[in-house]
Amino acid sequence: MTAVTEHAGPYVEAFPKLASTGHDWLDALRESAMREFSARGFPTTREEEWRFTNVAPIARVPFERAHAADLTPESLETLLFSMPGATRLVFVNGRFAPRLSSVAEGVKAGSLAEALRTDPDAVRTHLAQHASVAANAFVALNTAFIEDGAWVRVTRGTVVEQPVYLVYVSVAGAAPAVTHPRTLVTVGPNAQLSLAEVYVGLGEQVYFTNAVTEIAAGESAVVDHYKLQLERTSAFHVATMQVKLGRSANFSSHSISLGGALVRNDANAVLDEGCEATLNGLYLVNGTQHVDNHTAIDHAQPHAASHELYKGILDGHSSAVFNGKIYVRKDAQKTDAKQTNKNLVLSEDAVINTKPELQIWADDVRCTHGATIGQLDAEAVFYLQSRGIGREEARDLLTHAFARDVIDRIKVEPLRDRLERVLFERLHEYGH
Amino acid sequence: MALLEIRNLHAKIGDREILRGIDLSVNAGEVHAIMGPNGSGKSTLAQVLSGRDLYQVTEGEVLYDGKNLLELSPEDRAREGIFMAFQYPVEIPGVSNLYFLKASLNAIRKHRELPELDAMDFISFVEDRMKLMDMDESLLNRAVNAGFSGGEKKRNEIFQMAVLEPKLAVLDETDSGLDIDALKTVANGVNALRGPERAMIVVTHYQRLLNYIVPDFVHVLAEGRIIKSGDKSLALELEESGYIGLEETEALDRV
Repeated sequence: MTAVTEHAGPYVEAFPKLASTGHDWLDALRESAMREFSARGFPTTREEEWRFTNVAPIARVPFERAHAADLTPESLETLLFSMPGATRLVFVNGRFAPRLSSVAEGVKAGSLAEALRTDPDAVRTHLAQHASVAANAFVALNTAFIEDGAWVRVTRGTVVEQPVYLVYVSVAGAAPAVTHPRTLVTVGPNAQLSLAEVYVGLGEQVYFTNAVTEIAAGESAVVDHYKLQLERTSAFHVATMQVKLGRSANFSSHSISLGGALVRNDANAVLDEGCEATLNGLYLVNGTQHVDNHTAIDHAQPHAASHELYKGILDGHSSAVFNGKIYVRKDAQKTDAKQTNKNLVLSEDAVINTKPELQIWADDVRCTHGATIGQLDAEAVFYLQSRGIGREEARDLLTHAFARDVIDRIKVEPLRDRLERVLFERLHEYGH
Repeated sequence: MALLEIRNLHAKIGDREILRGIDLSVNAGEVHAIMGPNGSGKSTLAQVLSGRDLYQVTEGEVLYDGKNLLELSPEDRAREGIFMAFQYPVEIPGVSNLYFLKASLNAIRKHRELPELDAMDFISFVEDRMKLMDMDESLLNRAVNAGFSGGEKKRNEIFQMAVLEPKLAVLDETDSGLDIDALKTVANGVNALRGPERAMIVVTHYQRLLNYIVPDFVHVLAEGRIIKSGDKSLALELEESGYIGLEETEALDRV
């Protein structure tokens, strides 16, 4: 047994203490996920997928299951932004908080634990059908500890007018604590949904968020997804989003990663014929933060298009990883895939590893990729200075401009405004 | 005391000496043209005045409004009233003209202890100046110089100058790459800004621009020094004889 699999110990010990879900199929699912996790343990940098992200700092801490915590509406508001009329599900330390949540009329959204009581068969049809426990130890760990989470269902032909917000709050307690947020989203044929996952934290103690999100969209469904990772800078955040798209579905996701000490995001989508998928992202790291974005777009069928734009801003001693996989299967003729990763490196001590990975088995396709790593344009800084704008302000302005084309693509206005503000404050801190 | 007093200015880039002892005195209200062949140091002079750190001043001094100009940062020079119209204006995607120019104007106003303008006040402030430069208001929402044609970029420079109302404007080959219509628009804008309080240094390779912006003085720069100064007729003389004759004379003088 290697040192790292020994670290699986606390989780293996905690597992039998979990209460039964009351459903044999789900207990069995958790058990098999636990077996998978305890056999593999945490990944090491010897594994290609984890080469540049060492999760030993996560493995080393004996995280306990997060205790229930109280959160007043007032302290929640300081973390969030105005979401008028929108559906909002709030989870505090992994547990649904009905008093902080509200569901707009006609929207089917609620706690997974509740759905397991009222509609277990429907949950069974979808839960853990997409995110593979065999592919990722953290997905296995999340699955082994499924207790609560969000389930958003949009039935055939329904258009959900207002965005649905899923807010996962970690309130750090006395000891290091872990939560395993689980999100399940099903969008029926011709239905439409705009969804934002928001991860925030309170307190100074280290905590670990290990999230899994599964999204299944039917034929011609339209899904606009956002993820805001605004964890405390002491936190660990590992998350997998697994998306399965039906024929001609249109999916777009924007992943904004600003917080966390050590962050790993996996965003995976499997495309059917005629799909259009967009995976965009923005990451800002400073100090000793590390963020790793892995994306995988699987063109399984012909005539699908995918667009990917990930932008990163690195300062201090931070580091970041971008790995973008595009698979074009044998039958996926007429695929149109474009991937771009651009990095702005503001410090000599920051490190970026970027790698496109295209695997193409079809012969009539268009696939392009490009990665850039650069500094602020000295000519542009001087141009702004020559107009009376101070050097620091000029640098802020240009850094902000670099991030803007990702922010500008966010269609949900309160979300975009909030990010504009957070970004402005964050960049201001950078320069000084 | 002159508004700008350049004394024995030497500057180099890397190991290459480009300015080799420039002396120039510019009073408020005057327009000085600086002409010379490529590589004579015209643009270097303009860049040194604006504070570009690519160039190292090795000797001499520059007094602006009685202050040691060379000690000031580029932004402080701008705030003190120096404006440089760039030969190659930089494109800045992601920053709108409105945001940029408002930030710029407010930085300068703050320095002059004037109240800052909000977006509404700013737009009414720039309206007339946009008309002067034959520019559409939609341009304010476009990114700075991004995707602009050469002519649009130069017009945008003069528009900025009109908004920022400098005491000393340095125009670095503002005529290069312009067709005659664009040249006239740019010259119109420049002429509208001439006044007793404002001095201009117009750097150009060709005499053509000086048909439209008529200078009070013309200086010929060669090999990093002013080899000849005169009134506007000097520009015409150059038009006929070219720079070559002058350089030869200069070479002979040195022998």
